[in-house]
Amino acid sequence: MTTGTAGVVFVASLVVALVVAYRPFGDHLYRSVTGTRRSRLERGVFRLVGVNPAAEQSWGVYARSVLAFSAVSVLFLYALQRWQNHLWLSLGFDPVVPHGAWNTAVSFVTNTNWQWYAGESTMGHLVQMAGLAVQNFVSAAVGIAVAVALIRGFARSRTGEVGNFWVDLVRIVLRVLLPVAVLGALVLMLGGVVQNLSAGTDVTTLTGGAQSLPGGPVAGQEVIKELGTNGGGFYNANSAHPFENPTAWTNWVELFLILLIPFSLPRVLGRMVGQQRQGYAVVAVMAVLALGSIALTTGFELAGQGAVPQAVGAALEGKEVRFDVSDSATFGAVTTLTSTGAVNSFHDSYTALGGMMTLGNMMLGEVAPGGVGAGLYGLLVLAVITVFVAGLMVGRTPEYLGKKIGTREITFASLYFLVTPALVLIGTATAFATGNDVTALNTGPHGLTEVLYAFTSASNNNGSAFAGITVNTAWWNTALGLCMLLGRFLPIVFVLALAGSLARQAPVPASGGTLPTHRPLFVGMVVGVTVILVALTYLPALALGPLAEGL
Amino acid sequence: MRLPAWPAQHLAALRALLVFTALLGVAYPLALVAAGRLPGLDAKADGSLLTVDGRAVGSALIGQSFTDADGNPVPRYFQSRPSAAGDGYDPTASAASNLGPESVVDTLAADPRQSTRSLLSQVCARSRAVGLLDGVDGRRPYCTPDGVGAVLAVFRADGLTGRITRVVSVNQTAPATPFVASWQGVPVELAQPGEDYRAAGGLVTPVRGDAPEHPAVPADAVTASGSGLDPHISPAYAAIQVARVARERDADPAVVRRLVAEHTTGRALGFMGAPAVNVLELNLALDRNLPAR
Repeated sequence: MTTGTAGVVFVASLVVALVVAYRPFGDHLYRSVTGTRRSRLERGVFRLVGVNPAAEQSWGVYARSVLAFSAVSVLFLYALQRWQNHLWLSLGFDPVVPHGAWNTAVSFVTNTNWQWYAGESTMGHLVQMAGLAVQNFVSAAVGIAVAVALIRGFARSRTGEVGNFWVDLVRIVLRVLLPVAVLGALVLMLGGVVQNLSAGTDVTTLTGGAQSLPGGPVAGQEVIKELGTNGGGFYNANSAHPFENPTAWTNWVELFLILLIPFSLPRVLGRMVGQQRQGYAVVAVMAVLALGSIALTTGFELAGQGAVPQAVGAALEGKEVRFDVSDSATFGAVTTLTSTGAVNSFHDSYTALGGMMTLGNMMLGEVAPGGVGAGLYGLLVLAVITVFVAGLMVGRTPEYLGKKIGTREITFASLYFLVTPALVLIGTATAFATGNDVTALNTGPHGLTEVLYAFTSASNNNGSAFAGITVNTAWWNTALGLCMLLGRFLPIVFVLALAGSLARQAPVPASGGTLPTHRPLFVGMVVGVTVILVALTYLPALALGPLAEGL
Repeated sequence: MRLPAWPAQHLAALRALLVFTALLGVAYPLALVAAGRLPGLDAKADGSLLTVDGRAVGSALIGQSFTDADGNPVPRYFQSRPSAAGDGYDPTASAASNLGPESVVDTLAADPRQSTRSLLSQVCARSRAVGLLDGVDGRRPYCTPDGVGAVLAVFRADGLTGRITRVVSVNQTAPATPFVASWQGVPVELAQPGEDYRAAGGLVTPVRGDAPEHPAVPADAVTASGSGLDPHISPAYAAIQVARVARERDADPAVVRRLVAEHTTGRALGFMGAPAVNVLELNLALDRNLPAR
């Protein structure tokens, strides 16, 4: 079997696994977020947290709860890093510098997991497991909770209530994330992912050299890093590191974990609005974009254009032998399509066009299928924009899932869409205007791509990098921290406002003027709107970077 | 509905965070550490250590350098891939090179230790070195015979167009010989340390040359991995090392080839990843079965 054929079978097997998981896992997600029976553990947690699980919240209260929880999380994570030298299991590391601690606290709370540091030489085991890994769970749960609140907006009518954030948070963590994480961690440990509290093992190599093998509670963090589409590596090399991703089959498992929740959430949409086909239509949009992107990324990498890949004979720089070019490129595409940002190969050394695909995947707005929750609410916003555009073009009444898309709704949807491009383009321009682009490793168009990639990754809450760029300066840590914060929470506020506005409406009965939103035509239109919006927004920037380099 | 006051919300947030920290940040990882003590799982949870006479010599999952104190290859061992982790295979600094596909121009200083080599020149130098060590043809496309990137800066009268006024081989300095004597009739100069020919308006032009399309030195032998800790090489890279290792150990190449085959894993389930040779395990097997003189 050639590399290309093996790569195709690899992707096909992932597709089959996700199709098989869609119904049972989607139904499990649905029951977890809509069920009213509470386990003893849940009742205990609600008592400790001090909330009444029966109380519902308006969108404003829901949003303030999200923001309060996130604010407290940032402060806690900041303090944990600044004081790690006084706590256990610090491995003798110094406190993290203030701007670095701010960046990392924001990064993990916003589900971005951008990393300016090398894990093995900066973060002690306690910060990793009691700080970073906890946020891997809860930031993922926040994303799913917000998506569910938006679905409630479509599903409910004539109410001011969109759910209870604390109930959603607790149930998603306890019923969805934790059980899958425990199971997945054990599977990864069978593959060789380490899980210990050791500070490392010093060995003398065969030729008499010294090597210090690291330890750490890696498996537990690795699994939620993928399942929650977080992406922050325990070690600097992330999922390229053999202790995080030891074999070709653990690589498959990690990809499956990344895609599992984002591709199953549309089932929740379908069930909550009472029309399965609406869920299928959303999955279809995600799948078309994702498969197209994976095919292009892998194709560009296998073609291996560019002076260095031509000299080498393959685009193998920054890639591991056990994953080969195709499984590495597939991972690169999936991690950027899902706002995960874990990497099993280094995007900076990809071919110019392969690297552009990873950048373009993030620029799609992380909707194909996007991060857990964030991907679904992002796509629903695009669907709202699509029915509006369709309404203008062919005179249909702008409705989606039985709700009228009026001025208020389209305002929130537009504001949602504008946040990240504004952050990306203003941020990149500011870096060049202030001379902070000089920390890029590569020169010329590739250096510009490194800067553009950093802001795209931070603002879209992805977290992967064209990692040649040095970002451990106060300017970069502050700027990217702001992008991550605004890129996460402004859209969340707009989404929840949209949810509140939709929930208040009375349902509109479908009429002859209603555009059916479950047919291939609509799927094609959402794909078109997504690609065109992205192309219009970013083409000039891409032309100066990867296109200039690759063409 | 009664709206909770905003301090109350933050108090609930803090309490929720503390509960989650206890559950997900302490109980969950410690339970997994405990599970990692189960027989069958413990060796893996501890890092798949390999031992010789009860002494750990490395991990089956983490690559090593098989070089002497000066960094030269120890010829009786199969060699790993190039590594960008610290000084090479340093697990405290896992890293990739992050150099891009068009990293082709070296930054040359008067003191060679101050120079930084482009990715292309690194590839060319590695290919040449492996070729010399293993007695195969080390030539590659876009490489000079002396093992740097074959790249010209071409100056034209009107910037991008016009007649050629000057041509510099940007990665070669004296006393080297330019890899081509002339380019479209214009003699090729050597680069001067400290000059930036791109900034001066030269068009960077990599030159493919007449190297074979499929170089004898495989791709993984000239590229650094993503982690810098890649424990594997391709079967092709192992194959060109067999003759040297057999010679150094006074062994039958067929026996060495058999050991390589025993330490080669195919694609998982036939389609995941790529066939790979675990270098440390192979070298340990060599030391057991064919001890050097």
